[in-house]
Amino acid sequence: MPVSQDSLDELALSQAEYEAIVERLGREPNSLELGLFGSLWSEHCGYKHSKPLLGMFDARSDRLLVATGSENAGVVDIGDGWAVVMKVESHNHPSAIEPYEGAATGVGGIVRDIFAMGARPVALLNSLRFGPLSESRSKYLFEGVVSGISGYGNCIGVPDVGGEVYFSPSYSGNPLVNAMCVGLLRIGDLRRATAGEPGNLLMLVGADTGRDGIHGASGLASRTFEDERELRPTVQVGNPFLEKVLIEACLEVAQSDAVVGIQDLGAAGLASASVECAGNANAGFRIDVSNAPRRESGMEPYEVMLSESQERMLIVVKPGREAEVKQIFDKWDLRSDVIGEVTADGLATILDDGQARGSVPVRLLTDPPLYRGDSSVKPLTGPELDVSSVPLPDYSPLECLLKLLGSQNIASRNWIYRQYDHQVQTNTVIVPGGDAALLRVKGTNKGLAVSTDGNGRYCYLDPFVGGMIAVAEACRNVSCAGALPIALTDCLNFGNPERPEIYAQLEKAIEGMAEASRRFDAPVISGNVSLYNESRGAAIYPTPVVGALGITEDVSAHATVGFKNEGDLIALIGRDSLESDGSDLGGSECLELIHGRVAGRPSIDLDLEVAVQRACRELISSGVANSAHDCSDGGLAVALAESAVAGGLGAEVSAPVSGRWDAALFGEGQSRIVVSLSPDRLAELHDICADEQVPYLVLGRVSGADLIFGDILSVPVSQLAAAHADGLADALRAW
Amino acid sequence: MEFGVIVFPGTWSDADCYTAVTDNLGQQARYVWHKDTDLSGLDCLIAPGGFSYGDYLRPGAIARFSPVMQAVRRFSEDGGLVIGICNGFQILCEAGLLPGVLTRNAHLQFRCQWVNLRVESADSPFANRCDAGDVLAVPISHGEGNYYADDSTLDSMEENGQIIFRYSDSDGSVTERSNPNGSRRNIAGICNRERNVLGMMPHPERCCDPLVGGEDGLAIFRSILDFTERVSPTAIG
Repeated sequence: MPVSQDSLDELALSQAEYEAIVERLGREPNSLELGLFGSLWSEHCGYKHSKPLLGMFDARSDRLLVATGSENAGVVDIGDGWAVVMKVESHNHPSAIEPYEGAATGVGGIVRDIFAMGARPVALLNSLRFGPLSESRSKYLFEGVVSGISGYGNCIGVPDVGGEVYFSPSYSGNPLVNAMCVGLLRIGDLRRATAGEPGNLLMLVGADTGRDGIHGASGLASRTFEDERELRPTVQVGNPFLEKVLIEACLEVAQSDAVVGIQDLGAAGLASASVECAGNANAGFRIDVSNAPRRESGMEPYEVMLSESQERMLIVVKPGREAEVKQIFDKWDLRSDVIGEVTADGLATILDDGQARGSVPVRLLTDPPLYRGDSSVKPLTGPELDVSSVPLPDYSPLECLLKLLGSQNIASRNWIYRQYDHQVQTNTVIVPGGDAALLRVKGTNKGLAVSTDGNGRYCYLDPFVGGMIAVAEACRNVSCAGALPIALTDCLNFGNPERPEIYAQLEKAIEGMAEASRRFDAPVISGNVSLYNESRGAAIYPTPVVGALGITEDVSAHATVGFKNEGDLIALIGRDSLESDGSDLGGSECLELIHGRVAGRPSIDLDLEVAVQRACRELISSGVANSAHDCSDGGLAVALAESAVAGGLGAEVSAPVSGRWDAALFGEGQSRIVVSLSPDRLAELHDICADEQVPYLVLGRVSGADLIFGDILSVPVSQLAAAHADGLADALRAW
Repeated sequence: MEFGVIVFPGTWSDADCYTAVTDNLGQQARYVWHKDTDLSGLDCLIAPGGFSYGDYLRPGAIARFSPVMQAVRRFSEDGGLVIGICNGFQILCEAGLLPGVLTRNAHLQFRCQWVNLRVESADSPFANRCDAGDVLAVPISHGEGNYYADDSTLDSMEENGQIIFRYSDSDGSVTERSNPNGSRRNIAGICNRERNVLGMMPHPERCCDPLVGGEDGLAIFRSILDFTERVSPTAIG
């Protein structure tokens, strides 16, 4: 019986894909089987448009403990028997429909990916994008998302230590909510998502299974959506208390040798979890859905298999050992039930009360068709910029600085992170608000620095260079804390890949990221792809979000953003003059905020970038640098202002400015870091920069209570602090 | 001495408290599961921060009925020291071991930030290392820390010296601006009439190590140690 187009649309399968299913299966699938294909072949689970491109990431590193993409998250060895697990994942579409629960369950999902591997979650980060806060819908989404992250994250006892948020009309109809989690474990405790040998038992633990979230993977995350109201039931509701208990119970269970594998239930629920575990072991499985505890009666096998009810885990247990495992879950008052077993036949077989309801080969489900776009098509990009067409601002340099500092994209994020518990677990050495967060590893001298970054505007103007900059800046942030970047995780947020100019954006951005990743020797160890981020026919800015992990062997030797001592010298690493031809205004916050233009081409020299970061780390570890802060959004003047505000100290810049003052102050040239140091250590700074062949410029000194930039501007730091502190709250209050 | 750190299923400051009293204070500690009632050998109980049983109804509303809380009540009636931090404070109020109640922050948002605490009374086992008027820098992390009791209860608590900490500026002045949650009379920590049960919203266990933000919290744990040492020198490990 031919299937209706409506049923295929519900699963986001094309007619050609349906025909491929029939051909490979040798028969028509029934509706349950088609549901399994729809979920597993969705973009969200099957990566059918992105997998060929993800191969560009060259994930080779001596530190890698599992192959990228094979497990719930990536794992790197950080020495002395310790390993770090990390991953970033999107929850864009659910958050666009129901911001509180969408964001909350985004946090819950990424945390489960981490403890499924036997790691204790030790840090959360969030990368968020919204339309401008002047729009009522964007304000609603922003407040709801922050509140959802706060509500869920605070309850589970994992500190939320960082991230970023940007506002642009590009995200008005399609916000981005990317959640990242970092976990820590002893290498011997690592757990895999595998079904192991035939005969092993499949246990479903945690929440009961309800009808929530069916088609989340296929319907919500794998196509564009215009009418959000009809999709509301596909958003799940989180129970953070249950998640907290699941964390503790699963970490306890993971210590038992009765357990073979652990897998979380995320997108496409039990279908995806069981198929992935079986696929990893080249095995099959039989699940009787009547053994799964259900929230409501009358649920079809289709619904049980595709439900995305939250806070559930699949535990693979050696036969005969289920009572031991059950005892641990009982201790935590958690439900745990054997729902099936691993088989040798390679088939995914679903039963309901003993009656077979569907059976298809696992290998067909894990082998979706892959699509490769036309590489000759040029990516969609923004206009170029003729700087001579940009007049000097109508505002004074001081007015520009105050506008930038108070702008939605640069103002202090304190309004956000004060709603997140960022200190629980008592490891947070550098709290949110700086370039990267720094965590200690108790029982060692090690520190972990973590940061996320991803400038959608740069990627829109040039996806290749923007991709490189996303990696460079995430790494620069951890270098500014004094840590060596060793691994990356990424979330690729793009529009509809079936449009060639969008596919080309994805391809170019990945090329740029892969290139930078190799240069930093920091492999991409995990990630997630979120496509179809469009509304009303317009794609978002191509927005790859990069999470960087850095390590330091001496956590006490770190740097923070704020100036520390009156009289310290201020130096700019990465440049030897403040001369600018104006091109670095291209793509800058200043150009958009002051002139209302998004144009130009960002640029980066990766050789210089790598050397600048190495010099910065050396300056920090040798104790020369008393502070370090990179120049990013808003350029040098904003970086100096932020260091002054954070330290509560003024600065006097005497280095001469030539060319346009707006470009010198607010241009966003890459590979620049502002450090402060005691004057008697200038010779050491000189030597370190000379060794690394990095130019530097002494800008001036930490002094008084005002920020003075030659004869260009002079302002009390308290005035800068007020503009910076209140910017976000003012924007929220504005109407 | 030996501390007991109570663990409800949704507790998350248990390990932080454990680390503070063992690694930072140098004393013994053991975890006490919420279904257990054996508190033998313990000199001081800590009810840590978290979300006990989810706290969807009201913080501590279910925890007060747990087996361990029945044991805690007897322990305190026998004069044992009990300190409730954050969710622990909420639970002790719900259980009636401390007066008053913690309601939602007046601004309706969660707050994680540093606050200053003025020591109101040094006359308790919990702040005897301080002088009245000292100011401690300690972080808070809560959505429901807005302390409420009626005027006559507050007046009698003031009279009895049961207010131990108030939110203040760094110079010790108690102002509306320094109050992070709308607590009545800027109250951050109180004790019972018998002075052996303390509840406080801020987290002293988060500031017992200079690497993660300071050591002011140690003043509280050292006070407990000093007190225990004086009344029962053999208890000191």
